[in-house]
Amino acid sequence: MALAPVRRVLPNGLTVITARNPLIPAVSIAIGVNAGATADPAPGTAALTARVLDKGTTRYDAEAIADELEGRGASLSVGAGRQQIVVSATCLAEDIGAVLPVACDVSRQPTFPEAAVATRRAELITGIQEAADDPGSVAVDALHAALYPDGHPLGRPVRGTHDAVAALTRADLVAFHQRYFVPGAAIVVAVGDIDAEELADRISREFADWRGEPTPIPLPPAPAPRGERTLIVKAMPDKSQADVAYGTVGLARRDPDYYAALVMNNALGQYALGGRLGDSIRERQGMAYYVYSSMDAGLDAGPLMVRAGVSSENVERTVASIDAELIAVLTGGFTTAEVDDAKRYLIGSLPRQLETNAGIAGFLLSAEVYGLGIDHDVRLPQRIAEVTHEDVARVARRLLDPARVVVVVAGPWSGPAA
Amino acid sequence: MVHETTLENGLTLLVQEVHTAPLASVWCWYKVGSRDEGPGVTGVSHWVEHMNFKGTANIPRDQVKGIIEQFGGSWNGYTWIDQTTYLETASASALDRMLFIEAERMASCLYTPEDCESERTVIISELQGGENDPEQRLDAEITATAFKAHSYRHPTIGWLSDLKTMTREDLYGHYRRYYVPNNATLVVVGDVDTADVVRRVQQQFGGIVSGVPARRLTTVEPPQDGERRVHLRKPGTTAYWRVVFHAPAFMDPDFFPLLALDAMLTGASGLNIWSGGGVATPQRSARLYRGLVNSGLASSVGGFLAPTAEPFLYSIAATVAHGQSIAAVETAVLDECARLVADGPRPQETEKVLAQLRARFVFDAGSVTDLAHQLGYFATIASWRDWTTIGDRLAAVTPEAIHAAARKYLVADNRTIGIFEPTPGESEAL
Repeated sequence: MALAPVRRVLPNGLTVITARNPLIPAVSIAIGVNAGATADPAPGTAALTARVLDKGTTRYDAEAIADELEGRGASLSVGAGRQQIVVSATCLAEDIGAVLPVACDVSRQPTFPEAAVATRRAELITGIQEAADDPGSVAVDALHAALYPDGHPLGRPVRGTHDAVAALTRADLVAFHQRYFVPGAAIVVAVGDIDAEELADRISREFADWRGEPTPIPLPPAPAPRGERTLIVKAMPDKSQADVAYGTVGLARRDPDYYAALVMNNALGQYALGGRLGDSIRERQGMAYYVYSSMDAGLDAGPLMVRAGVSSENVERTVASIDAELIAVLTGGFTTAEVDDAKRYLIGSLPRQLETNAGIAGFLLSAEVYGLGIDHDVRLPQRIAEVTHEDVARVARRLLDPARVVVVVAGPWSGPAA
Repeated sequence: MVHETTLENGLTLLVQEVHTAPLASVWCWYKVGSRDEGPGVTGVSHWVEHMNFKGTANIPRDQVKGIIEQFGGSWNGYTWIDQTTYLETASASALDRMLFIEAERMASCLYTPEDCESERTVIISELQGGENDPEQRLDAEITATAFKAHSYRHPTIGWLSDLKTMTREDLYGHYRRYYVPNNATLVVVGDVDTADVVRRVQQQFGGIVSGVPARRLTTVEPPQDGERRVHLRKPGTTAYWRVVFHAPAFMDPDFFPLLALDAMLTGASGLNIWSGGGVATPQRSARLYRGLVNSGLASSVGGFLAPTAEPFLYSIAATVAHGQSIAAVETAVLDECARLVADGPRPQETEKVLAQLRARFVFDAGSVTDLAHQLGYFATIASWRDWTTIGDRLAAVTPEAIHAAARKYLVADNRTIGIFEPTPGESEAL
């Protein structure tokens, strides 16, 4: 069952994508704008912009936004990622006429009220403080910083840093919005129990008079290859267990090896309870409740990372087990069955991914951001099916090298025994 | 249309056809949860859930993984206070495999001593991962303080000393006592044919022998007759504030008025505790969101009233914003509660939250997995039919009933307040 979405590019450059899904009488809207943390002039600018964006517009003040949405049970939220800020809304299908204009105005004409900037800045700083007390966040942040040094945008968290966020002003947010929120840098996706052409018409009318020229966001250069293995210890002695983040620079979404890496990552640290890593560290050795690998393939190459939460006495055994699994992949490779299983799983999971309105909207938005084609849902199974055993082995050799990884341990562990 | 059948061995089967996607979701529910545990074996229900993924008489340990993945499916399970459940969602062609796994899980799990030991440390790791989060610590403390008699008081994961000392026999005994067809509800939702499902279930489960339904603990929590407090002072960066009130069970006539009251205070959250319907809670016009978050006192506030079999808790949780005081957050929440107790809902406020909750009930069932969850969950705390009447019960809520619920539940004698106050720690990261 193909999604068969409707796709239009308006004269002002805005891309509109819609699809029908009759499962429940509701609609999900996602407005993605290329204004993510990669474009941050100061760390946290996109994150704070996202938090204030929906706190008042020229047509609707905060009170009116609340009235329009909430009397109908509709929900609207804004989130910032590395590539985009996304305005997401969900409502009953019958309420689309009231909710779409609000979502549109939030994207186009936010007023960034001074009081809301102050409140949301403190809110974001609270989030930054909470992350500093969470061993998982501390480990992942330190891994990013080590893999992407020298001011690379992937080296800092989307949420920003305490000092940078504390210094952000209303003028910073207004400037950021003016520069990046333009139709040519935006994609509006809507999915639900409404005819797709009708939905696209509604969106096109709402956004037709939006103007502005996109400012290109240059991709930062790839970080230099690492020469040696690095261990970083973030001692948090008051915590109950340690978080391990073990990783390397992965690859970009448009990399020709992407699908091979997807299969490799699944077999290594995703399949069932965490692939080979889960078999070793959770199932055979009983050391961790969670252990898995993940790949962050965006416009540029995010990290390929292994994560685990273990007690301090098991930190060294866990890191050694991750090393051992990587070496086993490099020397012995995956079995044919492992590669086939991972491929079958990734292909077979697509209908699940494309069941809900929000799931379909997210898939279509991401396919558009990465230029994968409007029929990506139809082509994806073939793209995965074409991955060969040799492709997986080659991408493993390209990406996995225990001698050059960064290992971060955050928690009640102060370093290897002397 | 839900089709209900009961097999001769007592297994209840619920089937609903949904043909929008080529998927099926199978959930097997047991009426056993942490409230069925006494001292010495707290956490046994959750540990049993973990053991029930480790191989059965006809599924060798190393072949557990792959059965559902071959069909692109996902599987999982959870244990909470009233229930334990297992699910698979996959392409509808995997239906037989999913039913086979659940039949095996009900009757034929192995519990080898080595697997029990290896899982002990996995579960202790799960507990310690939770302890890393100050909010989870505070939730465990406040629940144990609010309840002094009812077994809802201990955390579902159990107390550490019990996890260290429980034996394989404790686990296996618990499994055999509760995992019988007459204590289970099997739910199948998706692109299936009802008659075909009934036939297959009969084949796979019909031969499982029924058991003696375990008697559930009968202790009733005595009325709370004075405010209680728990104040944690631990290393950390951020202060958290909570209040919990003893709350009515799902079937109590007061449940929906209190659910509407929660929507007024913190935003309408719906009744799907598994996924929340995957939609953010609408909070903009909620009283406490305005009073705490818009005013800058807190960086977040949320409410939680779960549908439960016996009276549990209604909780309000706030994260104190950077630079603000715990006392100011407490005053703001308690003042707003007092205002509702004194004055009841404002004009139009009831209509607004009822509309919000109506929409949430639609979002709550936004996938075959969620729909199957809702049918099965309510079967474990009441009956699935009681889920189909939530719209009617909601529609019957009046401003007067909400005001009465405020006066009955949001009072000082019925509340327990919990505070996590961060102290400077030794962490380098802070």
